Amino acid sequence: MNPAWLLARTLRDPASAGKLGPGEWTALFAVARAEQMIGTLAMRIQGLPMPEDARRVVRDAIASAEQGRTAALWEAEMARRALGDIPFVLLKGTAFAAAGLEAGRGRSIGDLDILVARDLIEEAETRLLAAGWEWVKPDPYDDQYYRRWMHELPPLIHRERDRMIDVHHTILPLTARITPDPRAILDAAWPLANGLRHPSPNDMLCHAAAHLFADGDLAGGMRNLWDVRCLVEQFGTEGLEARAEHHGLAGEMTRAIRLVQALYGPEPLAGSAGGWGDRLYLRRLTARDGWGRPTRKLTRLAFYIRSHWLRMPPAMLVRHLWTKWRKAHSPG
Amino acid sequence: MKHVTSLRIGPVGFRIGSAWRAPIDALDDLYRDYPRPVIPDFNVHLFAARPWRRYLRPSVHIGGDFVIPDAAPLPLAQALLAAEMGMNLQMALGQRGYLLLHASGVERDGRAVLMTGISGAGKSTLAALLMARGWRFMGDEFILIDPATGMAHAFPRLISLKNEAIPVVEALLPHARFGPRLTGTPKGTLRHVVPDAPAIAAMAEPAAPALILFPRFGFDPAERPVPPSEAFVRLTQASTNYVTLAERGFEALTDLVARAPAIAIDYPDTATGIEMVERLA
Repeated sequence: MNPAWLLARTLRDPASAGKLGPGEWTALFAVARAEQMIGTLAMRIQGLPMPEDARRVVRDAIASAEQGRTAALWEAEMARRALGDIPFVLLKGTAFAAAGLEAGRGRSIGDLDILVARDLIEEAETRLLAAGWEWVKPDPYDDQYYRRWMHELPPLIHRERDRMIDVHHTILPLTARITPDPRAILDAAWPLANGLRHPSPNDMLCHAAAHLFADGDLAGGMRNLWDVRCLVEQFGTEGLEARAEHHGLAGEMTRAIRLVQALYGPEPLAGSAGGWGDRLYLRRLTARDGWGRPTRKLTRLAFYIRSHWLRMPPAMLVRHLWTKWRKAHSPG
Repeated sequence: MKHVTSLRIGPVGFRIGSAWRAPIDALDDLYRDYPRPVIPDFNVHLFAARPWRRYLRPSVHIGGDFVIPDAAPLPLAQALLAAEMGMNLQMALGQRGYLLLHASGVERDGRAVLMTGISGAGKSTLAALLMARGWRFMGDEFILIDPATGMAHAFPRLISLKNEAIPVVEALLPHARFGPRLTGTPKGTLRHVVPDAPAIAAMAEPAAPALILFPRFGFDPAERPVPPSEAFVRLTQASTNYVTLAERGFEALTDLVARAPAIAIDYPDTATGIEMVERLA
């Protein structure tokens, strides 16, 4: 079995780990690390009978994920203190962790992602800069590009804690053909007891689908689809179709649900997905070898090109690549 | 991966894959008495950036579960060093079970002496020579502190000797097994020594930290007690995962400096250094 499919099967059916041989365990852990799902996997299989060596890996992964969770929640609290009365909504991993959702169990959390109303974004930036965050990208072209075309501020990093924050004002680049409704996400957000807020489950699902299929090159796709699987399992899909339609993400959402079924069930595993499109996505999502290394270079390249194609119109893409190319090939 | 081996060092298992046969043969030879893990904790792979670079001016890139972007490749003649660096990198970036101290260590009667200092302080040389005098060698790169118990765990990988230390140890350990002499590496000339049989046999046994030393080579003999506060700060700098372990790291380290006294020692030559360590331990 392809090791990425092995990871998918083990996440879906943890008891199946009981039959793994040493080589399969090794591949499973390597792919889980590469997909940044080792903590999720560890939480799923902890307590099951397994070889002693595997138990050590699981124990360390859980300790690490718990520390990551503490650090992420602290970072959210730091942002809350810095932003004061500017309303904001936690996104992605930190939102799952703060709300104690199934999707957050063991999940690796990198940057802090938050959503702020567009007319407050400059004020948010000023306050974050005053509280010790700094710009990461000193390059004027990148900076301008972010401010003009992206759905977020240029990434900021805190100079003492060394943690990044991505301040979004919507969930897709402004250059993308789809324009979701960030105002609706802010308005429908759910409050937590500590004053933080996260998007409604349907909006979190729409964000996951947008990120997967309308933005990036599917890097981290297995993890994103696991988020979708957990959110659907926990909250169901009532009103999801209408909400996805509202954000212009109906097609993306349907594809996400189909691929979740293909990867993580409950439908049969491989081969259950619809047409050649889904098969191509699955080919890209599971492109790893038993060492966790990326495979299927051509498929990956195709999705990389597609991600740029989705992100900007052709003339702009040419200009962008030309600027990047010149920068990469000019001395100094 | 075309060529694969696996080995356990202390409590940590590695799987190493390579596009070339030579580094795997070298590892299998030098680590032949080490146990093999059932499931490794970490993977290291040595690969060529482009297919033709396996043959044409072969250059070895270091990959693994944890990597530094843009790490410079090494020539194939130094592939053994690449494998060692790859394993060290997994530990430095990926180890979450133990607090890692960049230190060498030796043990006698269940009491561990940890030695830490800047490159050139003589950590490896002192540990190798103490091994020759009957101490159990615990490691010359990392000593692992278990946050749950406070015990020091050994990580007795091949001892890595640099430049002037090579002839000193060759003379004092004439019967030891040595790896190939690697010249022109980023750290100068390198030669590995296989730890002796007792070090390998006892590598799964932890020991209680009894003394922390901060040696400096090339100065007149001097000793200065280091207060726990200073030892704590210096050890945070000597740890690659102190920050990542957060509270567990803080507790392990405060516990360590509370239970083991620390002394800074200056020594002009290895004979004096050995004499000082044995007197203080």
